[in-house]
Amino acid sequence: MTEAVDVPNLKVVVFQLADKEYVIPVTHVQGIEKLTHITRVPKTPSYVKGVINLRGVVTPIIDLRNRLGLGESNLNEASRIIIITLEEMNVGVIVDSANDVLDIPTDSIEPQPEVVGGFEEDYIAGVAKLDSRLLILLHMHLVLNPIKSGV
Amino acid sequence: MDTSQYLEMFIEESKEHLQACNEHLLELEKNPEDIAIVNEVFRSAHTLKGMSATMGYEDIANLTHKMENVLDEIRNNRLHVTADLLDVVFTAVDQLEEMVLDIAAGGNGKLDVAETVQKLHAIETGEEAPVAATTIEESVAVDSSNLQNWLNYDDYELTVIQQSLEQDYHTYEISVKLREDCLLKAARVYMVFELLEKMGDVIKSSPSVEKLEEEDFDEVFYIALVTNEPKDDVQKKLMKVSEVTEVVVHAVTLEQLKTRQQDELSKAEEVEQVAAETPEQTIETTEVKSEKKEKSSATKGNASTSSKTIRVNIERLDVLMNLFEELVIDRGRLQSISEDLRNAELDETVERMSRITGDLQNIILNMRMVPVETVFNRFPRMVRQLARDLNKKINLEVIGAETELDRTVIDEIGDPLVHLIRNSLDHGIESPEVRKSKGKPEEGTVVLRAYHSGNHVFIEIEDDGAGINREKVLKKAISRGIVSEEVALTLTDKQVAELILSSGFSTADVISDVSGRGVGLDVVKTTIESLGGTIEISSTEGKGSLFSIQLPLTLSIISVMLVELGEEIYAIPLSSIIETAIIRSSDILNAHNQKVIDFRGKVVPLVFLEDVFDVPRESTKDEFHSVVLVRKGDKLAGLVVDSFIGQQEVVLKSLGAYLTSVFAISGATILGNGKVALIVDCNALII
Repeated sequence: MTEAVDVPNLKVVVFQLADKEYVIPVTHVQGIEKLTHITRVPKTPSYVKGVINLRGVVTPIIDLRNRLGLGESNLNEASRIIIITLEEMNVGVIVDSANDVLDIPTDSIEPQPEVVGGFEEDYIAGVAKLDSRLLILLHMHLVLNPIKSGV
Repeated sequence: MDTSQYLEMFIEESKEHLQACNEHLLELEKNPEDIAIVNEVFRSAHTLKGMSATMGYEDIANLTHKMENVLDEIRNNRLHVTADLLDVVFTAVDQLEEMVLDIAAGGNGKLDVAETVQKLHAIETGEEAPVAATTIEESVAVDSSNLQNWLNYDDYELTVIQQSLEQDYHTYEISVKLREDCLLKAARVYMVFELLEKMGDVIKSSPSVEKLEEEDFDEVFYIALVTNEPKDDVQKKLMKVSEVTEVVVHAVTLEQLKTRQQDELSKAEEVEQVAAETPEQTIETTEVKSEKKEKSSATKGNASTSSKTIRVNIERLDVLMNLFEELVIDRGRLQSISEDLRNAELDETVERMSRITGDLQNIILNMRMVPVETVFNRFPRMVRQLARDLNKKINLEVIGAETELDRTVIDEIGDPLVHLIRNSLDHGIESPEVRKSKGKPEEGTVVLRAYHSGNHVFIEIEDDGAGINREKVLKKAISRGIVSEEVALTLTDKQVAELILSSGFSTADVISDVSGRGVGLDVVKTTIESLGGTIEISSTEGKGSLFSIQLPLTLSIISVMLVELGEEIYAIPLSSIIETAIIRSSDILNAHNQKVIDFRGKVVPLVFLEDVFDVPRESTKDEFHSVVLVRKGDKLAGLVVDSFIGQQEVVLKSLGAYLTSVFAISGATILGNGKVALIVDCNALII
């Protein structure tokens, strides 16, 4: 018994993207997959990498770096696909690496500071400081807003 | 008693019974003298009453009980079928439906039915004729009692007896008495019936079979049997059934029948006379009755044949289907492995497995097939109601209701069909006066037709109404900016007709609440296309219109042609492919910036899929091109690909909720190697 647990904790998956650390609540994460063959889907925005066969389910994959306006991912051995479930919708996002699950106290999450920033800021729901780490909480609903192309 | 576990079953069965009521009542309206139909309705109402009372839904039980009383009066010839009477019964059925739907939606099934109950009660008791008819019937009963008349036959049964007597069969009236302390009366009855049915045909029993099954009788019951066995044998055999204490068999002779029939006739005549005094009632003459005999016998034959079925939750079937889809994918994988390995034994096993999974696929797909009847059967009521609302005379003919379609398609097709039928009724069929002035019969005909052709099901709605007015449609389309005036001149009649499917189009001068505000028909088109189907219209002005819907048999497993484009593999549905060809570069012609080929005398535009799909690679200059000729309606296009891989059965998968409506892609499938291949939507590529 080292510390009293007063504040509820938020269990999150931590992943790296362009040297920053981002988090998504585990309740939204269905699994983390290694890269497999991605079938390109023509006539879609550039951040849509295509679709994969996830154990019999065709799952769309988006490049999160590109989606947040941070350039193209360079896919390598460390790259992972995080399968996110949002309201019956399954989408995989490509991240540089994903290797941690953390409990962060909800009171350590602060809203996004009002700084005029880039494109990426629009998708940030809050920032959590944990020791010396800065964890960015993403607005998954906005990131994964369904797209309609070719219409 | 906790009835919640039966609730689902109750709702399902109630819906079925109500549907049956609806259908039979409509039939009854056409053949008001057919007692067999009344019996069917009665049976459904009776079951419904029992079920709802058990489940504690008193309003339903109460209403069905009143309805049943009225039906019983009709059945016993004490009441006659009129349009007004049917209206009240229809209202009752509607209210029952409302209550059942309310229960299904979690409600308590309460509804104020007092008015309908009262109306039914008034019908049941209010008329004078029934009283008179009853007394006549009683007198008949007295007349024939000296003939040991245990049973009263209706016209149909009398005909059967007469015919069997002419063919040297005997007809016996049998009375069977059970022991007073008999515990399982229904079981004994069953045994008696089984015995009798081995010897011949039971044509009548008193009390009715239902009542016997419910043990709703004292120790004695009566049966009429047609058989060629001697009287004594029948009696001896029946005595062998345990707990049967007494069996009396006596033969019915032709003379007896004749006297009885005469009685029947005189009774009918008397009824007629009585009826003539009460003007509210419409009565058909006895001649009509005898004409209807044949019809009623046909209906009876149908009613008695039913196959054994079980209810399976559709979700379970979906799970089965999903599992099977996995199996199909693995089958594909096995096939490609065995092709690489070239091992004879493995080949043989894989071959066997393919065949078995093929059979399995057929069975599973068939299990999911539902006759379109489930959709069609709600239309007769709808048309009857609409025709009344619109003051038009309309006859709906339904052809091919037994045609089967995949459950998923069935669920989606209902609303578009409602739209189209409403459209035909409202805009197609003219009012009786207009029809008369045009020399057409006053009654308009709408034909709803379904049939199989190849891998497709066609559903057609044909009317003999006004047809589509080219000028009117064009004027509207131009004013709405759907087509330009120049284009309008070049359109064929068919193309003009299809303009009414565009969004924002409504040609009815007066907007009625029957067919919508021009939002309807384009929704129909979109729904049908989302099901992988197409809709065509052909129309002759003044003669009528034909809406033809083509639908795929199933949505889940389709045959495709796999083609290669650079490193990528695409699947083209076989249903839209006409043939494949290999052409030389020199065969390609240019016409208005469009590359075309001359294919069997037809100019066919070429679509280079690598351009459409932006396939990443260096362009290759090949002397030969592989072309897949695809079709949409009567338009053709040639899809240019790198090479053909072959034909395969694949499982259609959606791209998921994230990627909706990707251009020219209708879905995806998983190939034998586990990779995803996209399915090309040819309809989007043909303009």
